[in-house]
Amino acid sequence: MASSAATPTHAGAASHSSEQSGLWSWLTTVDHKKIGILYLYTALFYLLVGGLEAVLIRTQLAKPNLSLVSADFYNQLFTMHGTTMVFLVVMPLSAAFFNYLIPLQIGARDVAFPRLNAFSYWVYALGGLFITLPIFWGLAPDGGWFAYAPLSGPTYGGGYNMDFWVIGLQVLGISSLAAAFNFITTIINMRAPGMTLMRMPMFTWMSFVVQFLVILAFPVITAALFFLQFDRFFGTQFYEVAAGGDPLLWQHLFWVFGHPEVYILILPAFGLVSEVLPTHSRKPLFGYNAMAYSGIMIGFLGFGVWAHHMFAVGMGPVADSIFAVATMLIGLPTGVKIFNWIATMYGGSLRFPVAMKFAIGLIAMFTIGGISGVMHSSPPSDLQQTDTYFIVAHFHYVLYGGAMMGIFAGIYHYFPKMTGRFMSESLGNWQFWLNFIGLNLTFFPMHFSGMLGMPRRIYTYDAGQGWDLFNMMSTVGTYMLLVAGLLFAYNFFRSKKHGAPAGSDPWGAPTLEWSIPSPPPDYNFAQIPEVTSRYPMWDLKAPDRTAGIEHSHPDAAVIAEAHAVPMHEETERRTAKELGIPMPFNTIKPFLVALGIIILFSGLIVLHIGNFPLAMATMLGGGAFMVGSLYAWLTSPLE
Amino acid sequence: MTTATAAAGAHEAHEHTHYTTTGLDNRKIAIWAFIGSECMLFGSLISTYLVYKGRSVVGPFPHEAWTSPTGQVFKPILDIPVTSASTFVLLMSSLFMVLALAAVENKGKPGYEGTLGSSKLWLLATALAGAVFLGFQAYEFTSFVHEGLTIKTNLFGSSFFTLTGFHGTHVAVGVLWLMTLLFIDMKRGLGPKDTILVDICALYWHFVDVVWIVIFTLVYLIQ
Repeated sequence: MASSAATPTHAGAASHSSEQSGLWSWLTTVDHKKIGILYLYTALFYLLVGGLEAVLIRTQLAKPNLSLVSADFYNQLFTMHGTTMVFLVVMPLSAAFFNYLIPLQIGARDVAFPRLNAFSYWVYALGGLFITLPIFWGLAPDGGWFAYAPLSGPTYGGGYNMDFWVIGLQVLGISSLAAAFNFITTIINMRAPGMTLMRMPMFTWMSFVVQFLVILAFPVITAALFFLQFDRFFGTQFYEVAAGGDPLLWQHLFWVFGHPEVYILILPAFGLVSEVLPTHSRKPLFGYNAMAYSGIMIGFLGFGVWAHHMFAVGMGPVADSIFAVATMLIGLPTGVKIFNWIATMYGGSLRFPVAMKFAIGLIAMFTIGGISGVMHSSPPSDLQQTDTYFIVAHFHYVLYGGAMMGIFAGIYHYFPKMTGRFMSESLGNWQFWLNFIGLNLTFFPMHFSGMLGMPRRIYTYDAGQGWDLFNMMSTVGTYMLLVAGLLFAYNFFRSKKHGAPAGSDPWGAPTLEWSIPSPPPDYNFAQIPEVTSRYPMWDLKAPDRTAGIEHSHPDAAVIAEAHAVPMHEETERRTAKELGIPMPFNTIKPFLVALGIIILFSGLIVLHIGNFPLAMATMLGGGAFMVGSLYAWLTSPLE
Repeated sequence: MTTATAAAGAHEAHEHTHYTTTGLDNRKIAIWAFIGSECMLFGSLISTYLVYKGRSVVGPFPHEAWTSPTGQVFKPILDIPVTSASTFVLLMSSLFMVLALAAVENKGKPGYEGTLGSSKLWLLATALAGAVFLGFQAYEFTSFVHEGLTIKTNLFGSSFFTLTGFHGTHVAVGVLWLMTLLFIDMKRGLGPKDTILVDICALYWHFVDVVWIVIFTLVYLIQ
């Protein structure tokens, strides 16, 4: 990608980066920016996969009693739609931004563990294939993205389908955990001198909170998945009701993970719009401290609300009340964010590029989803709504209207930084309005079909229940979203080659990542910056905006000096070697370790098939390959 | 933000050690984050064991005898004296680990010339104690299977073998890690500049040890 983006001002970059293109360079890269781009492409591919699954689902439901797909295949479709969108699209798209932006925003040359970072990506890429490919043999997971045991256990779900889910998710968890350890260390330990916590850009703040959610929530589903794997492959009885197993055990463990997961999905998007809104309002973020603390509060409360997913199982009035109150509480820090974004725009000198439209779209759409969320935080109300399309409407407003809108805002905003070129604004406007109208047309009617009693996860329905019109509206809206998605893809690839050249700071943005050329050189910062303020670029370019901002103590003399020597706006790019910056070596070993893990886990499928010797050979071979590659990795020097 | 010439000059002097915000090594922060994460893993495993305590519909049971419908009598399965011995060995290994770290950290300093400064000895002792603990566990698992408790028998068997098996796997990884350090020590000698390598292994090892104290208390001692 870098090679195609050499702008005239950076002629030197073309020859340099052309050495680093080609398949092998992508397989061996440890550069956080290239890994971020790998995440971005892979996740956008899965967005297409998950989107097509949604189109099939909605086409099947367009009219009563259609039989485009079988009931069995429909189960696979909705399971894979949810699993794909959560684990293979929104989380990795967030990871793309973590990778690309965190080191740039905190003034670092890379993440703390560059090779571990490559490992995270390859585990994700291979694990994604493992869980996605079976659909072509009709063997895709079919137990819902939540895979309630005992239904997903050997007694009721004994086929191969859920094997791929329990193994695939375990593998994807390894990827998320490894990345989270890496980013926590990066944010704690790799900040440039003067980059205090309260000077960090808000995206980095929200990412920081998310990494803690990942390391605390994922081990819980790891344990739950091990129980389920042992039940399925080794005959344990964790979820066997006949043996005294508790059918609620999985639900509790899953949602102790699953609810923080919701915030893992949305907080990075909150962070992105918190960068977009101040930039295009040309005004500092309103209530920076409150934004940071409310993010922490959301993360904290996120661990105390899991059982609101389980009101219908009858936990009793005490548990119901506690979880209802905790759930309502979480609306407070979320509301703080909404009002702060609005206050950021208030009185600002607003501009409306596509990124800004998507950011404002997030505020509006997420608020709708947030309000319906508060509605079913009340158990009596939830009992009417649970397992109906009302819930489907709710979480699509927060995940499509929230997370995806925020991510689109981030892509339009940061595309010039990643490629040195703008995305087309006119195509982007078409995409935004199609998305905006399409998502409301798809998901708003679901509130009504849900209230009229249409259950989730049914593959068809009879006419005459008052659901027909709403379903047809949802289906038409879905096709609009498909067109919007294809427009986005066209815009993305076209702009990469033919977009208008963007300089290092096309939006007049306030944070460090805009102080270096676009696309950034592989070493990011020729010299590690000394940070004296929350909005370093505005101190230089628009000091009136940052006057009186807390934690910003720009030194007048220092600013004058910086004006005299604009080192961050290099006119000619120099290589790391010329500058004497040590760079980590490219290496294939993280990829090999990831491959070993996949082979190791694949042995379980062979075990289920019944070929014991082959299963042992696969697992031992994969395990030995993994350990061998790991030792080779750990004993070779980083740079 | 500025070029901060003076500060940058100061950093260049330390360029080979890599500037970090906190002054700590990256690996130290990562291992603490990892341990935090592991707490949640073992928390889930232990909670599940406790939730399922007393819910098995057939025996054998951990602390009570059980007579099967066919009249066969199963004695209480847990052998507290034997496990106390293995617990003691594992606790001692933490002491050896502390001595190994001190030996590496202070290599060549006065007072660390003799046995106290022999990092090879203490690394070997730690690994051996870990291996002895694993031996006890292998003996325990085998005798349970002979007494009629497997991972498939009942909820107790499933949750017991999974919990202690996960802990045992962590010990095994730790032993492998210690052996690797011992290998490096024999090959080129570990000195004060390698402290971080032993330090992160020690943190992991002590954590695994602490987890065992919790498991031993909750699973074995409390009836």
